Amino acid sequence: MTRAVISYGPIPVEQLGHDVDMTAELGGTWLPNPVLTASGCAASGRELDTFFDITKIGALVTKSIMLAPRSGRPTPRMAETPSGMLNSIGLQGPGIDGFIEHDLAWLRERGVRTVVSIAGSNADEYTKLAQKLRNVPEIVAIEVNISCPNVENKGLIFARDPASAAAVITNVRRNTPSDIPVIAKLSPDVTDIVEIARACVRAGADGLALINTLLGLVIDTTTMRPQLAGITGGLSGPAIRPVAVRCVWEVHQALPEVPILGMGGIRNGVDALQFILAGASAVSVGTATFNDPAAPARVLSELRHELALRGFERLTDAVGHAHRGADVEPEPELGAEHHSGPVPRWP
Amino acid sequence: MPVQVRGELLGTRRVGSYHVLTITAPGVPEAARPGHFVALAVGGDNSAMLLRRAFSIHGVTLRGVYGGTVDIAVGVAGPGTQWLANLHRHDPIDVVGPLGRPFALPKQPVSALLVGGGYGAAPLFMLAEELRTRGCRVDVVLGAATEDRLFNVLDAKRMASTLTITTDDGSTGTRGRVTDVLPEIMSRTNTDVVYACGPMPMLAAVTELARSHGAHVQTAVEESMACGIGVCMTCVLPVIGDDGVTRMLRSCVDGPVFRGDRIRWDDLDTIPADCYGAPGSKA
Repeated sequence: MTRAVISYGPIPVEQLGHDVDMTAELGGTWLPNPVLTASGCAASGRELDTFFDITKIGALVTKSIMLAPRSGRPTPRMAETPSGMLNSIGLQGPGIDGFIEHDLAWLRERGVRTVVSIAGSNADEYTKLAQKLRNVPEIVAIEVNISCPNVENKGLIFARDPASAAAVITNVRRNTPSDIPVIAKLSPDVTDIVEIARACVRAGADGLALINTLLGLVIDTTTMRPQLAGITGGLSGPAIRPVAVRCVWEVHQALPEVPILGMGGIRNGVDALQFILAGASAVSVGTATFNDPAAPARVLSELRHELALRGFERLTDAVGHAHRGADVEPEPELGAEHHSGPVPRWP
Repeated sequence: MPVQVRGELLGTRRVGSYHVLTITAPGVPEAARPGHFVALAVGGDNSAMLLRRAFSIHGVTLRGVYGGTVDIAVGVAGPGTQWLANLHRHDPIDVVGPLGRPFALPKQPVSALLVGGGYGAAPLFMLAEELRTRGCRVDVVLGAATEDRLFNVLDAKRMASTLTITTDDGSTGTRGRVTDVLPEIMSRTNTDVVYACGPMPMLAAVTELARSHGAHVQTAVEESMACGIGVCMTCVLPVIGDDGVTRMLRSCVDGPVFRGDRIRWDDLDTIPADCYGAPGSKA
């Protein structure tokens, strides 16, 4: 006689009877799946391509590029913190011309869907950056980094002030082809992130990237001085995840029609699912890549699995699901062709 | 090309005050060259310590019951290295490697002087073997603060034509720094190339002495890293290129081995004003 075997482990997707349509929408552009890298955590893709096929993820978000070549900040640039890290790189990079000539050319040849992240010292630089990128083919979207904490003005002059943020977004939108989404990357270090989000959307942002790092500081108790040469740095990693999920929640609640690229401490598929349920249409995997260079690919397969486990047939059905109360949406029949509610799976 | 593999600890042995870990890591030993390093995840899958720890490869075996293995030297300096030192046989370790640019090797059978500070000496053993198979003369200098901080004196003795030891406190060997004994050894052995690995101030001083002797100098630097694979831009230092231009290069992918005379030792932890992309520079 055979005996029933009860498995308590995760159920392989194949055994769930259905796959999940992972297609994601980001500001009018459709991506085959919702997992992207995060700017500054993937350089320009080449290094990570050794560890997983970077053409298979939703898109690669390049390190924020500035107009001129830039050496960044002095070292030490990094401090490990509980479940996170503080960085003060200062946007080291080759400048937009070298970036287009070498990095973007390589990404295009490799067939990588690419989101280009741009950062300027003033509103005019953002305009020039958008103009430089105007004739570059096959860019998926432009992420406007108005919230880098590691440049002279701490970047916050834009991300903390609705009018400054709007001015930058207006300039970039005006100088970017209409079929390329412009995504504003916001800082959580503000009194009301919804107010900034609203200003960016009114200025023409097609989507919002939430969140950039939080400003932090670590004192080295041996030298009794700040550990980073730049004194302050941006805090990232799982430590900031609840802050990020809260920001996504608030902005999605206020602006439910605006696509959100959610990020902040995503390390596995369950983490990514939190962002999706809170209202993100897609997610970026950032600091986790330093721990596991294959993290973006792994998070993608784990997220697919988690969605399947919960009975979702389409990623888009799960976006903002946490906002929908049980009383608002009647529980669909189990076994119905499509259902978005949780399905009991364990005995 | 580096790989990411789930390795397994085969054993740990004490060498002085250090722990030498032998780890299975399929694909890593086959591609490892002297000067390469591995980046290890610490603390397990849900670790609160996100950043990998980088260790130069001390030795490799290509085959055995468990396949190829790599040896690394760990000096316990914090919770991450403590976690590694406490691992048990057969515990899993996530390994990325081999990483970085290895030591450049001479084509001629030259006279080579290998200088190691503390457990920074770890990569010099593979290097010594490689140099000897090329017919090079290999002399070794090991230095440390105290006797127990010296790394693997026994093996060094076996592979070197001469071994010189220095300790800051004189507990063994010559009291003083490695740089105190270098000039005499370089003249006696007609050193053509110096390979050095250890703390940055030692590398700066060794470079200076090697240059004044007219020897080539290869240094493997110790910069703190976050990713080890070239994406985070944490481990940069000012290095002069073939074109004479100083750039902030990543020690993980452009190094960790650099020509000593190309590193701007006096400008570490700064952005030199004439560096490519420095604030206010024309570059």
